[in-house]
Amino acid sequence: MDAGSYTSVSSEKMRSRMRSRAPLREVGSTVFIPPLRSSSLSNPLSRQSSADRFIPDRSAMDFDYALYALTESRKEKENSSSATASPSKEAYRKLLAETLLNNRTRILAFKSKPPTPTDGFLSGSTSDPLTSSSHLTKPKQRRYISQTAERTLDAPDLVDDYYLNLLDWGSSNVLSIALGNTVYLWNASNGSTSELVTIDEDVGPVTSVSWAPDGQHIAVGLNNSHIQLWDSTNSRLLRTLKGVHRSRVGSLAWNNNILTTGGMDGKIVNNDVRIRSHAIQTYRGHTQEVCGLKWSGSGQQLASGGNDNLLHIWDLSMSSSTPPPNQNQYVHRFEDHMAAVKALAWCPFQSNLLASGGGGSDRCIKFWNTHTGACLNSIDTGSQVCSLLWNKNERELLSSHGFTQNQLTLWKYPSMVKMAELTGHTSRVLFMAQSPDGCTVASAAGDETLRFWNVFGTPEVAKPVPKGNSVPFSSYNHIR
Amino acid sequence: MASRTLSKDIITLKGSAAIVSEFFGYAANSILYNRGVYPEESFSKVKKYGLSMLLTQDEGVKSFITSLTSQLSEWLEAGKLQRIVLVIMSKATSEVLERWNFNIETDSEVVAKGVSREKSDKEIMREIQAIMRQIASCITYLPCLDEPCVFDVLAYTDKDVAVPFTWIESDAKLIQNPQMVKLHSFDTKIHKVGTLVSYKNDEWDEQ
Repeated sequence: MDAGSYTSVSSEKMRSRMRSRAPLREVGSTVFIPPLRSSSLSNPLSRQSSADRFIPDRSAMDFDYALYALTESRKEKENSSSATASPSKEAYRKLLAETLLNNRTRILAFKSKPPTPTDGFLSGSTSDPLTSSSHLTKPKQRRYISQTAERTLDAPDLVDDYYLNLLDWGSSNVLSIALGNTVYLWNASNGSTSELVTIDEDVGPVTSVSWAPDGQHIAVGLNNSHIQLWDSTNSRLLRTLKGVHRSRVGSLAWNNNILTTGGMDGKIVNNDVRIRSHAIQTYRGHTQEVCGLKWSGSGQQLASGGNDNLLHIWDLSMSSSTPPPNQNQYVHRFEDHMAAVKALAWCPFQSNLLASGGGGSDRCIKFWNTHTGACLNSIDTGSQVCSLLWNKNERELLSSHGFTQNQLTLWKYPSMVKMAELTGHTSRVLFMAQSPDGCTVASAAGDETLRFWNVFGTPEVAKPVPKGNSVPFSSYNHIR
Repeated sequence: MASRTLSKDIITLKGSAAIVSEFFGYAANSILYNRGVYPEESFSKVKKYGLSMLLTQDEGVKSFITSLTSQLSEWLEAGKLQRIVLVIMSKATSEVLERWNFNIETDSEVVAKGVSREKSDKEIMREIQAIMRQIASCITYLPCLDEPCVFDVLAYTDKDVAVPFTWIESDAKLIQNPQMVKLHSFDTKIHKVGTLVSYKNDEWDEQ
């Protein structure tokens, strides 16, 4: 038996003993990176080979010294016994001794340790909520905006008409969409779909749908100028408003019990749905079809946009059942848009602020102070603006567009920096509606799909905010 | 002219020790910065080795590294230093997460006989530059240090070295089952410094 095999065997024994007691510590060799418990123990051959290759790199392990002591004593014996050792054995012995001798080093460290980093500081840019909360100013976390639709639903027979309003999301979290002659309800809470009504061919198609603020009643505007009021809970037709308009009713807006309707005849009529002679007031100012109609959050001002490129602001308090001979009742008339004005959105966090978007030959989003009548800003978006929505929780505005990108664009307000572009629709995005919690946006486009975008943040974070927003308005309405 | 360039390229033991200890000072700063042991804003930029290096402005860390490097150069001049290890540990658990090994091989003939060697400054600088670049790029493969960390420096010396008053003997602070990456080395013809980083294996990888 020669020295080489002896050492490898003995070191092997020792290592396996060590291993059974404590997990192995770091050694100075990559070769020895052990798949320890499994293969090295079950396969003695591989263990042996790795042991041989491992020896020269090993550092600072106690059994090294033991091994050294073993071989050293043996070497002395060999030395004393004879000069019979072969030159190769002698060289190996020397190498071994040298390696092991060198390993007997002293490891020193400073008594005084370097200062530990201050509390609250985290290595890298990682975020640990517990530690980072100890910061004085916690940087606002950037919201992740998903670029893809959360959900896509098929919307066959959706009428691709810029002047209609076929999508609305009620306060009871039910989405209504008109597809051809049928109004469907899609419950966003459980994803169930139901058909509200299919109207007759000769009066259709449906040209507008709008939920009443209670989330239970729904107004349906028809191509033949009729307006139907439905109770969504039992799918019952409550009443039909006739004789309000001479042609199709493309836009609807609720202000408590007043349903405001805008027709192709350019008329805007306030209907009190509770009383028999429902038409209580008419706003005259548009010469062509009224396609955008929105009441402000306070319910005091109505914005209307028409195919005549006009944008009007009307005042509720100016209403009277007998219109004065002077027909120009509008508070403001804005003639700045170069195309039909359909996209209208009142700012939820700043009263008297209205955003309006123009059609194909205008492509602008304009901001108005409806109190003074000043145009605050105008942005050329490069594409037809079909719809606008404010984020209820952040100062952001979402716009939907047509040719060429058919995208939804999220803007920072008031800087109007583009925050995100959501693409996916393959035709102009005609309609948008916001969920009651203000987080999800549904968009319906000419490609006959209905897509849901989680663009305004997550519901968990956003929940308390819309509550605070809606309370002042509703209490105001109760007083009236 | 010829004599001037010649004199420039001569390296003495003392000069070599100064180069190595200075290198370690910059390397330590760079590691502390790149691994985020101390906040980013506590470092400032300086030009060194043809690179912009970052040096800590924290007084405590600064004095620690200064007194460290002065002791190191003393040992280097004596040829007694075998290895320097910068250890990064978890602040909370003191678990060793990374070990930055700087293995030093000293030409014993120079130490014993006091002869000098020849190598141009430029060449040494280029070799050091390569290591510094590697340290800066190591964050691409090293696992994220997602908890507050502290560091310590271990010096492996010959057994016959008297322990200075301010130093104590330490354990090796090894990592169980480490991953290792060998970086470039540089050579002053007197001291050869090999760099190697070993780090804690992600449990995730082992499955």
